Amino acid sequence: MPSIFEGTRELTAKIDSFLDAISEGAIVFQEGIANYMSGDSERFGHSYSTIEALENRADELRRSIESQLYRYSLIPESRGDVLDLLETMDDVINTAKNTMSLFMVEGPKMVPELEQDWINLSQAAARTAEAVVLAARAFFRDPRSVNDHLHKVYFYEKESDTLAMDLKRKVFETELELARKIHLRYFALNVDRVSDAAEDVADRLSIYAIKRII
Amino acid sequence: MLLFFLSSGLFLGWSLGANDAANVFGTAVGTRMIRFRNAALISSLFVIVGAVVGGAGAAHTLGKLGAVSALGGAFMVALSAGFTVYFMTRASLPVSTSQAIVGAIIGWNLFTGSPTDPSALVKIVTTWVACPLLAAVFAMLFYTIFIRLLVRFPVHLLWEDTLLRWGLILVGAFGAYSLGANNIANVMGVFVPVAPFKTLSVGGLFSFTGTQQLFLLGGLAISVGIFTYSRRVMETVGGSLFKLTPQMALIVVLSQAVVLYLFSSQELSAWLIARGLPTIPLVPVSSSQAVIGAVLGLGILRGGRGIRFRVFGEIALGWVTTPVVACVISFIALFFLQNVFGIPVMQ
Repeated sequence: MPSIFEGTRELTAKIDSFLDAISEGAIVFQEGIANYMSGDSERFGHSYSTIEALENRADELRRSIESQLYRYSLIPESRGDVLDLLETMDDVINTAKNTMSLFMVEGPKMVPELEQDWINLSQAAARTAEAVVLAARAFFRDPRSVNDHLHKVYFYEKESDTLAMDLKRKVFETELELARKIHLRYFALNVDRVSDAAEDVADRLSIYAIKRII
Repeated sequence: MLLFFLSSGLFLGWSLGANDAANVFGTAVGTRMIRFRNAALISSLFVIVGAVVGGAGAAHTLGKLGAVSALGGAFMVALSAGFTVYFMTRASLPVSTSQAIVGAIIGWNLFTGSPTDPSALVKIVTTWVACPLLAAVFAMLFYTIFIRLLVRFPVHLLWEDTLLRWGLILVGAFGAYSLGANNIANVMGVFVPVAPFKTLSVGGLFSFTGTQQLFLLGGLAISVGIFTYSRRVMETVGGSLFKLTPQMALIVVLSQAVVLYLFSSQELSAWLIARGLPTIPLVPVSSSQAVIGAVLGLGILRGGRGIRFRVFGEIALGWVTTPVVACVISFIALFFLQNVFGIPVMQ
C-alpha cells in the first residue's frame, strides 16, 4: 500500500511547510520592523510582500491539510486539536502581517531615540512566535518535549509585554503631541499582539500535548 | 435434510458473526479508524481460515464433554444454545455462546444418560475464569510495553495514526483468526461426531477433512453474520460502550486475540508438550469476556478510576446461569424432539 504511506508522507511535509511559513514569517516581521526603523522604505516594502506571500502560503497549506484530514478521516482522536492548532498558528502570521500593513498604510513617524526599543520589541515578539513553532513541531513529533519549548514561549511573551510597556511609557514621556503619542502607543500594542497570538497557541498546546501523552 | 439439521449450528454461527466480530473490529470501526467494509472483509476471511485451520483443538475438548451421537440431537443441542443466547440477550443478562453450548451438551448427557466427563468440565470452567483474568494481565503487559516504546521512539502524530491503522488491521486479522479457531467449536463442535462429510483430497496435495468442511460451513455462516448484522454492533461498541482511544483498542484486541489463540492452538500445545511444560487447555472461551477483561486491565493500569467492579460479578453470574438455562432448555427440547416428533437424538 505505497499510496497510503505516500499520503502520510505528503501530509507530514505539508504540516512542516506550514510551520516553516509561520517561522519564516516571524523572522521577516522582525526584519521588516528593523527596515522601517532604518527608514529604508524599499526594503520594508520587500519585507511586506514577503510576509504577505508567506501568509497566503500558510493559508493555502492550512486549508489543504484540513481538507485532507477530513477527507481521509485521519487522526480521528486528535483531529479537532490539530485543526484548532493550525488555525491559531495561522493567527500568529496573520497578526504579524496585519501589523506590517498598518506600518505600510499609516506610516507612523518614529522618534529616533526610541528606534532600538521598537527593534527590541519586535525581536521579542518574533522569538515568541519562533518558540511556539518549535513547540508545535514537538507536539507532532514528540509530545513529551512540548513543555521544553513552552516555557520559552512564556518567557519571551513576558519580555515582549515588558518591552511594550516600557516603550509606551517612554513615548508618553516625550514632548510629542498627544495624537502622535496615541498613534505610537497603538503601534506598540500591535507589535506586542504577535507575541500574544503566540501565547494563545502555547496555552492550547500545553493541553493538547497532555491529551496526546495520556 | 442434512442442511436442515445443520441450520441450528449455522444460526449460532450467524449470531456469533453478528455479535462477536464486533469484539475484534468494533473499536476500530466505531472510532472510524477502519471502514466497516474493510473490517467485514478481513474478519470474514480470517474467521474462516481460523475455523478451518485451527478449529480442531477446542472442538476436541467439547467432544470429550459429551459426544452427541445423532444428527437430531446435535441439531437440538445447538438450537437450545442459540435460544439461550437469544433469550438471555433479550433479558439483558450477560451471556456467551461458549457457555450456552456447554450447558446444552450437558443437557443432552443428562437426557440420554451419558456420563459427563468431570475432568473435561472442570477444565472448561477453569478456563472460563482464567480467560478474562488472563486478558487483563496481557492488556496491562502489552500497554506498558507499548507506552515505553512510544516514549523511547517517538513517532510523528500522522505516522502514529497510519501505523495504528495497519496495526489494527493486522491485530484484527489475528483476532478474527483466533475467534474462528476458538469459537467454531461452539458453532459446529456438536456436529463433528455425526456429520457425514467424507475427507476430500485436493489434487493429492492436501486433504480436506470432514470436520474442516463442517467448519468451513460454520465459518461461512459467521461471515454472513458479520456482513448482515455486525455493523450496528461494531458502531455501538466503538462509539458508546467503551470510550477507548485507538491505541487502547489495539491493545484490547491484541490481548483478546492472544488469549483466544492460547486456548485454541494445537501447535502451541504440541510445542509445550515437547518441552515437558504444562499445556494450556484447548477450550472455547468467550471473546466478549476476554475484551471486558482486557478493558478492565487497562482501567486498573490507569489508576482504577471509573471501573465498574459489578461487571466482574455479572460475568461470574453468567458462568453459572448460562449453562444451567441452556441445560434445562436442551433437556426439555430433546424430550420433545424424541417423544413428539419421533426423531432419534442418540444412537
